[in-house]
Amino acid sequence: MLEARKAPDAAKAAAEFVAQAGRDVAFQLEACVHCGQCAEACHFHLVTREPHHTPVYKLRPMLKAYRRSRAPFAGIQRLLGLAPREPGAAELTAWSELLYDSCNLCGRCTLVCPMGIDIAGLVRRAREGMAAAGFAPEDLYKASGHALDTGSPIGVRWPALRRQIELQEKETGLRIPVDVEGADYLVILSSIEVIAFPEVIGALARIFRQADVSWTIPSAGFEATNIGVQIGSRDIAAALLERVVDAAERLKVKYVISPECGHAYSALRWEGPNLLGRPLPFKVVQITELLDQLVREGRLRLRGKDARRLAFHDPCQLVRRGGLTEEPGRLMDAVSENTVRTPAQGAANFCCGGGGGVSAIHRAERLRFAAFELKKRQVEQAGAEALVTACANCRNVLEEAIDERGMTLPVLGLTELVAQYLEPEAAKS
Amino acid sequence: MTSVGLLEFARGPALWFSLGVLIAGSLWRVFAIWRLGARVDLSEPRSTHLAAGALRGIFARMLIRKDFRNSRNLGSFNAYLYHIGLAFIVFGYLPHIRFVERLTGIAWPALPGWLMYVAVGPTVVGLLIALLERLSDPVRRLLSGFDDYFSWLVTFLPLLTGMAAVNQSPALESAAPLYPLPVAIHLLSVELMFLWLPFGKLGHAFLVFFSRGITGAALQRKGAAI
Repeated sequence: MLEARKAPDAAKAAAEFVAQAGRDVAFQLEACVHCGQCAEACHFHLVTREPHHTPVYKLRPMLKAYRRSRAPFAGIQRLLGLAPREPGAAELTAWSELLYDSCNLCGRCTLVCPMGIDIAGLVRRAREGMAAAGFAPEDLYKASGHALDTGSPIGVRWPALRRQIELQEKETGLRIPVDVEGADYLVILSSIEVIAFPEVIGALARIFRQADVSWTIPSAGFEATNIGVQIGSRDIAAALLERVVDAAERLKVKYVISPECGHAYSALRWEGPNLLGRPLPFKVVQITELLDQLVREGRLRLRGKDARRLAFHDPCQLVRRGGLTEEPGRLMDAVSENTVRTPAQGAANFCCGGGGGVSAIHRAERLRFAAFELKKRQVEQAGAEALVTACANCRNVLEEAIDERGMTLPVLGLTELVAQYLEPEAAKS
Repeated sequence: MTSVGLLEFARGPALWFSLGVLIAGSLWRVFAIWRLGARVDLSEPRSTHLAAGALRGIFARMLIRKDFRNSRNLGSFNAYLYHIGLAFIVFGYLPHIRFVERLTGIAWPALPGWLMYVAVGPTVVGLLIALLERLSDPVRRLLSGFDDYFSWLVTFLPLLTGMAAVNQSPALESAAPLYPLPVAIHLLSVELMFLWLPFGKLGHAFLVFFSRGITGAALQRKGAAI
């Protein structure tokens, strides 16, 4: 697949678009009434007002290929010369910006569509055609290569993680279990956490110590992110997932904890079994779900709360697309005495602008910074003094955008915030 | 052909042909998509009440979600206006009910005549606004093609010809129209819509249940907002 970029092939893209069009996809491609409401839900359209940023318009090449080859009346249309032409290389090159740079797969368009079309899901499918045929952004091909070679899209290998673990062991005074066979929970991490937010490892150690959770980190197969689902390659996605499954099977764990990373959760929890073609031999639990469970069971004892006006940024793949609608709010209430709500918080929250692989596409940087304007307005409207989130990529993207705007607004990780308010005695013991 | 002959044609062969195309075309469109098949989702569901999710998807999307209601939704509110207006006129007007009864033997109580006259105005205006928005709004203009404009036309024509035929169409099965030509033209315009409906975007009349249901079930499976 990575070789495809050297010789982009429009016919291959069209064939893959058509291959993606099973029953569910076809019903949705057929149902659009061109009302344009999805445009008013898309942060990229809202900030640029460019009509071509309308979410459903991004599907046009896929729709053309489908209508030409697979739609119910395709045969008659071709016979009469009324079938649309297959998308050509120039068109697909132009659409690369629409299907990647200006789509976070955030699903706000899906939520608003009066016809119930899962536009984000269809964009995810369209990316399969784009990636297979060589029309995905170069940065994502490179990141995919890194992920296949090293396990991480940014080249984070075990020695780097081991070093961070050692530092966190010194910091917390706790031993961090590595490759412990028979542990209940396997913790996997995103590269961004390892490099930019390693404190989360220490936070987990403190939390699991107090809650008496049996856990371990694998020295191989620790990468949670999955560039395959972002670029749109089921082969790459499956290959990366296999590494996590191998680690879980090797260490005989019952659960795999999906860390603070939105798309990692989607990739493992919802797409994983379908990409691998078999049910997972373990249960997937997102860290927010587990923390919420531990607090509700009384296994985590919290003391004190953050007094600042804190707003929660809902990671799209956890909340809107992932179904974790209650857990973050309950955890926020447990550690914050002054939680403020931003407009449309929850399922209709605006994306950070970097999801769906966009944060890895250098040429999309200006657009995602522009999209941050909406989030900025919401934060200001709510009067938040800090943002909290449960996705390291969101956190990183938000910090970059905040910095670019010259703002001063801390962005905190929810896991670290929970660890900060653990009952002190218990944390020490 | 005389106007009476045209009416007989519209009530006879043209009607049956267009109904045949409408039914066969719609059934084929659904069947051809259905037979593409769907893969079994192997992920562990958070909820197994998928039928409930599908139904919620079908009904919940009839209303604009609170988070998205704003001044830019004029087009959406207008869509309510002309959809409801069309439903009143098509299913509530006595001559239409008599027409269906003649074909199928099924009848139901009609809405008051005055309500029909009240419904026609907003429906016509709503459809005209829909067209103007499609032509003037950059997003809708970009998304639109022949199907959109032709579908609008075949929806608007029956309304227009129906207004011209009003009071000409008999309320009683036995009565003959005073002026057969307007009724014939009205019927032919309806038949044109029947002929087009299975092939273009007017198919959303039945496709909407599938697309909303599929997404509703998928989101329910994840426990996500529908």
